[in-house]
Amino acid sequence: MTHQTAGAAPARRRLTDVLFPKFSGTVLAAIFIATLLFGFLILPVAKVIYVAFLDPQTGGLTLQNFGDFFSSSLFRESFYNSFYVSAMSVVVASVFALPLAYITSRFEFSGSMLIQSLGFIPLIMPPFVGAIAMQLLFGRNGTFNLLLANWGINIPFMEGLNGVILVQSVHYFPFILINLSASLRNIDRSMEESAQNLGAHGLRLFRRVVFPLAAPGYLAGASLVFIKVFDDLGTPLLLNVNNMLAPQAYLRISSIGISDPMGYVISFILVAFSVFSLWASFLLMRGKDYATTQKGGGGLSRRKLSTRENIFAYAIVILILLMVLSPHIALALLAFGTIWSYSPLPDGYTLDNFQTMFAQSGVYIKNTLVYAGLAAFIDVVLATAIAYIVLRTKIIGRQWLDYMATAALAVPGVVLGIGYLRTFNDFEVPLVGKPLASWWVIILVALTIRRLPYALRACTAALQQVSISLEEAAESLGADRSSTIRRIVVPLMSGGILAGFVTSFATAAVELSATIMLVSTDQDAPLAYGIYLFMQSPSGRGAGAALGIFAVIIVAAGTLLAQYIIDRDRKHRTGER
Amino acid sequence: MTLIQKSAGISIQNLHLSFGNTKVLTGVNLEIKAGEFFAFLGPSGSGKSTLLRAIAGFGPRPKGKILVGDRDLAGLPPWERNVGMVFQSYALWPHMSVRKNVAFGLVEKKVPSNQINEKVEAALSLVGLLDYAERMPSQLSGGQQQRVALARTIVVEPDVLLLDEPLSNLDASLRVQMRRELLALQRKLGLTTIFVTHDQEEANTTADRMAVLDQGVVQQIGSPQMLYDHPENLFVARFLGTANILEGEITRADGGAQIELITGEKIAIESSVLGEGNLVLRPQNIVVRPDPSASALTGKISHREFLGAQVRYLVDVANTQMVVDQSHALDQPVLDVGAEVGLDINKKSGVFLPKKEVKHAA
Repeated sequence: MTHQTAGAAPARRRLTDVLFPKFSGTVLAAIFIATLLFGFLILPVAKVIYVAFLDPQTGGLTLQNFGDFFSSSLFRESFYNSFYVSAMSVVVASVFALPLAYITSRFEFSGSMLIQSLGFIPLIMPPFVGAIAMQLLFGRNGTFNLLLANWGINIPFMEGLNGVILVQSVHYFPFILINLSASLRNIDRSMEESAQNLGAHGLRLFRRVVFPLAAPGYLAGASLVFIKVFDDLGTPLLLNVNNMLAPQAYLRISSIGISDPMGYVISFILVAFSVFSLWASFLLMRGKDYATTQKGGGGLSRRKLSTRENIFAYAIVILILLMVLSPHIALALLAFGTIWSYSPLPDGYTLDNFQTMFAQSGVYIKNTLVYAGLAAFIDVVLATAIAYIVLRTKIIGRQWLDYMATAALAVPGVVLGIGYLRTFNDFEVPLVGKPLASWWVIILVALTIRRLPYALRACTAALQQVSISLEEAAESLGADRSSTIRRIVVPLMSGGILAGFVTSFATAAVELSATIMLVSTDQDAPLAYGIYLFMQSPSGRGAGAALGIFAVIIVAAGTLLAQYIIDRDRKHRTGER
Repeated sequence: MTLIQKSAGISIQNLHLSFGNTKVLTGVNLEIKAGEFFAFLGPSGSGKSTLLRAIAGFGPRPKGKILVGDRDLAGLPPWERNVGMVFQSYALWPHMSVRKNVAFGLVEKKVPSNQINEKVEAALSLVGLLDYAERMPSQLSGGQQQRVALARTIVVEPDVLLLDEPLSNLDASLRVQMRRELLALQRKLGLTTIFVTHDQEEANTTADRMAVLDQGVVQQIGSPQMLYDHPENLFVARFLGTANILEGEITRADGGAQIELITGEKIAIESSVLGEGNLVLRPQNIVVRPDPSASALTGKISHREFLGAQVRYLVDVANTQMVVDQSHALDQPVLDVGAEVGLDINKKSGVFLPKKEVKHAA
């Protein structure tokens, strides 16, 4: 766009063009964003990978670190455990999700709304927040086992890895539920009817037609659950399960220091698994866009349930609902309880925990509001710019901005944290007198990079809905590009931008895995880190739970607000009132 | 292996069907002969697709009988009917290759695998797609997908073949070609076929006989020509082609009969019945005269459409408007809008429908 080398142009002019190219505002913005993403995402991650292959003594390239990693029984065990926990979480999450998806898509079930809401309730609470509280319900001396002890039964729900599996699958099963339900809904009724017409029914029909058509959705959800659990640091850390990969990486770096190569080897493995599973799910999904619904077709045919079947379905749904709500229930009991130990329920109820919490964690709350607010604001600004550049300009390589920003999804928080520590530790910030790696701004940067993909999806979707002809109309009436963006594009995108802001804010407010690596003093710590600190001592648990409730309220309010904005925006667009 | 069918006739007896409290089909009686190409024709919402789906066993269970050969299908689940259906959307399973799609029904019937292969290839070569056996459905054009859907259905050698709006997803030029191929294939197989369509041209060009449906009631059954020339009611008259409907009363006149229109004009016609009713006149059975003085009906041309083979005039006559088509020959002059013209009506060309309302559901 910028250069058009006309053959007859004088050499002198071409030279000045090369030396002082006239870039438009969008090109400058693209270069700025690319630099930012390179510096704070690509470079740190590349550094981590590079260091994993570096001999700590000689500084030469080596595979020795990987040899050391796999010759240590602790690391082999951690590797196995991470794999086992992730796989089992997929299995348990599937056990929750499959019946729910099946009931809603095959039957006329009056509790379908209940299932819909089940789909997002767990997501409003970060898994680590409920982890401790879950122990009080399901642990060895928790409510259930105390009650079961009357019959001499003890079920090790929360022992070691089981605890991580339970907490993670309760939290992440909606990913499977949402994806699987969507792909079941997208199967056209004629797909099923034509199979019946040719003689298939019952289980054979399910196995040969319905399941293969729904499988891509299931696999998409399952791979997401796998990788989220594989990368998660907060939950195992709070449950004091340290023999897994992410906690090992954290512990090596925080106890031995940033020169220890094991943290980097683990980071490499985490990133490799993330990339591998994204790539595998991409391969599985390729050419399998099975959305087969035709206009007026509607999904699979639904059958009415008999009274007995209805009761049975309700029983399953309510059981799963209770299971899914158990972290919330336990957290509330812990937050409002006095002492809760070796008894099915707390001894009494009080508001003291909230007093303690507000007295001690004002700084955490303030920090969280500042970090999450600023990060979300920067995210939507960057996301709007990226969306505009990708969808509306012809800048060469513009797609790469989208790819780079989205790649943050494949980078576990721990890895980003370690990357920042390693890359920016030697970078003294002028006037502050601290390395960038221990300045509070680095936490803000980490949150911004990690939540950018969310804001980007929202803004891209919003811009895709703005018809180009609206912009062309403005341009034909004399508005130049910047005033078209300012007066037409951004106002029309405002709903999506706002939704992106709220989503980024709510999820950034409870982020733990990157921030835990980067918090250098308690004064800089956000709320999630505060919960982690509180939960370290039994006496602090009540206040920690109170802070957890506060976090849940922030995220829940944010989610509802985002939903409300998106709905209102959609109604506005379609002209409904 | 044979793809030549032992064909069966279909007899539908007193079929009623409702969705909840909404009656969709009322008292349907139909006899379709073995080997016949039969069409269900009607506007959307007339119940034609519902009737077809009821034969295949989909949708709410109807009251009445559906006999294929001498077997009553009502009450059987779809998979026990041996009724082949091709869906409007083709419904090819996107996760299976063409070969697997076509083999599906044979696998369900537990046909030995060496025979499956043979039958699948015979069916695919019948529709000319043998070379496409390993493709996925998404790699085929609309017309090819339709042939696969057809092959998938006939390979199981069903007793009858049901086609639900089979041409509606194809573009116009392909539609004409496909309907010829469908008919040729049906003739070759000798398979009793029901074809659902809302397009009278499709029904006219393919069907041996057809049933016109409106509001869940069969209005008339017969060959395309029979239904066009001798509609039994106003709905059929209007739905098949364009018709001028003139209301009036037939009385005896010197040497024959005449109709006195409610607008006062008198036209001589031939009729064996007398009384009040409607005269159905096709546009091509009226002749426009540039000189109005000698005609029973006179009017003024209000609109003209040049269609190539013919010229269509809208003529304002008293309080109504009549459509008149004049065939067009090379360099033949056309009349102008605003011209006063006379309309001559051939005595034998009108169809008189004595006054009784169009049959409808109660």
